[in-house]
Amino acid sequence: MKKIKYSEITPEKIYKNRRSFIKKIGLSAGSIAMTSFLSVNDALSQEEKKYTSYKDITTYNNYYEFGTSKSDPYINSQNFKTKPWNISIEGEVKNPIKISMEEISETIESEERIYRLRCVEGWSMVIPWMGFSLSKLLSKVTPTSKAKFVKFESVYDPDQMRGQRYPVLNWPYKEGLRIDEAMHPLTTVVTGLYNKKLPNQNGAPLRIFVPWKYGFKSAKAIVKIELVEKMPTSSWMWASPREYGFYSNVNPDVNHPRWSQATERVIGNDIFAPRVKTLMFNGYGDEVANLYAGMDLKKYF
Amino acid sequence: MNKFLKPGIFILSLIPFLVIISKIYFNQLGPEPVKEITHHTGEWTLIFICLTLAMSPLKRFTNLVIWIKFRRMLGLFVFFYATIHLITYVVIDYRLDWQQIFNDVLKKKYIFIGFSAWLLLIPLAITSSQKMAKLLRHNWKKLHRLIYIIAIFGSLHYIWLSKTIFFKPLIFMLIVLVLLALRIKIKKRETNYG
Repeated sequence: MKKIKYSEITPEKIYKNRRSFIKKIGLSAGSIAMTSFLSVNDALSQEEKKYTSYKDITTYNNYYEFGTSKSDPYINSQNFKTKPWNISIEGEVKNPIKISMEEISETIESEERIYRLRCVEGWSMVIPWMGFSLSKLLSKVTPTSKAKFVKFESVYDPDQMRGQRYPVLNWPYKEGLRIDEAMHPLTTVVTGLYNKKLPNQNGAPLRIFVPWKYGFKSAKAIVKIELVEKMPTSSWMWASPREYGFYSNVNPDVNHPRWSQATERVIGNDIFAPRVKTLMFNGYGDEVANLYAGMDLKKYF
Repeated sequence: MNKFLKPGIFILSLIPFLVIISKIYFNQLGPEPVKEITHHTGEWTLIFICLTLAMSPLKRFTNLVIWIKFRRMLGLFVFFYATIHLITYVVIDYRLDWQQIFNDVLKKKYIFIGFSAWLLLIPLAITSSQKMAKLLRHNWKKLHRLIYIIAIFGSLHYIWLSKTIFFKPLIFMLIVLVLLALRIKIKKRETNYG
């Protein structure tokens, strides 16, 4: 088996600041030197174990533009060009813009955001993303009162994305959020992971990440963000409306015809590790449940 | 030469099993080990279904009876891989959580049809021996036509569990359909001449 370097499995921030991290935990752990030292090590390894390894995050991907197998995106995306890259933000806004990736990175600072990713296929990861709230980007265009939904459109480039040469989905990939979901602070524009530039297979140069929804809601390699009045039809809704609803909130009570949504497998666990229970809103209920107050989430799945 | 053919094919047929065992042993199953075992054994079940179904058309096209001699063994490997596939799902993935498994069988059509296919394989495996064939006479042939249904169920199982039909589920379905279509022709000819 290929050994993974320690620095690869440890989030770089914690890895670099290991000393100060130990110090911090050490202080709170109390003054008995020996026991606190042990608990420091425990706490540190606990912290590390929580993250999915960089290798798994970057080699186990669903990104049909680069192929339908999990290993395809890593293999087929290495020469994908992400420079230059422009994103057009338009529709029901006061001042539509076409903004370059450089300008976005220069004007909005990315921070580390550690979120759980739950795939509709019944597996999950914990990913230390780099990014910022989508609301910051949308504030550049000032949505009008007619902007009820946000539509994301991924790049269409069959020359570079071999998966797009076949009618696997109706290309380009389209996704959408309700405006209040889009403005929620947890809704993230992702620019990197593990403190590195976002790898191509994870949606470079810029993708969305919505922690309380199934992974497919988080569109990759976005070129267009359109604010619209009517609920957009996502690529997956178009493919199978019975299976994929517009909301697609992580919900253990709504069964998918194919995959168990009551439990999930944690990526990176060994063969004998049991499935774990899936949490409503992927565990972000405290933050987002109020967005759906009074809605029948079995009907609006 | 012919003496070694059967043992040779037996050993070859075991390779997918040995591959998965060595992957478990050397911890090379990747990020989702349980799924890897499930997919690997599922895919090889389908491959062995296709191989089993290919024998009688091969006999016809090559005019060699030898193909039929491998059929029973290949068929038993279908049962072998299908059973490991099922055990992986029931024991390793769902850890004998019968309530959830029962729920899955009833609610998810791909599991329902996959499980049905495995059930249908049991009588075929039990009656696979020469003795049983003699005992059942012409009923044996009828009974073993169940493999056609099993092949269709297996291919549907794969299509229904996949997010899209592209490409492997589609390829398996086409191969199964071609292998079944070849039989329709053979039969017509037989009745014409008979």
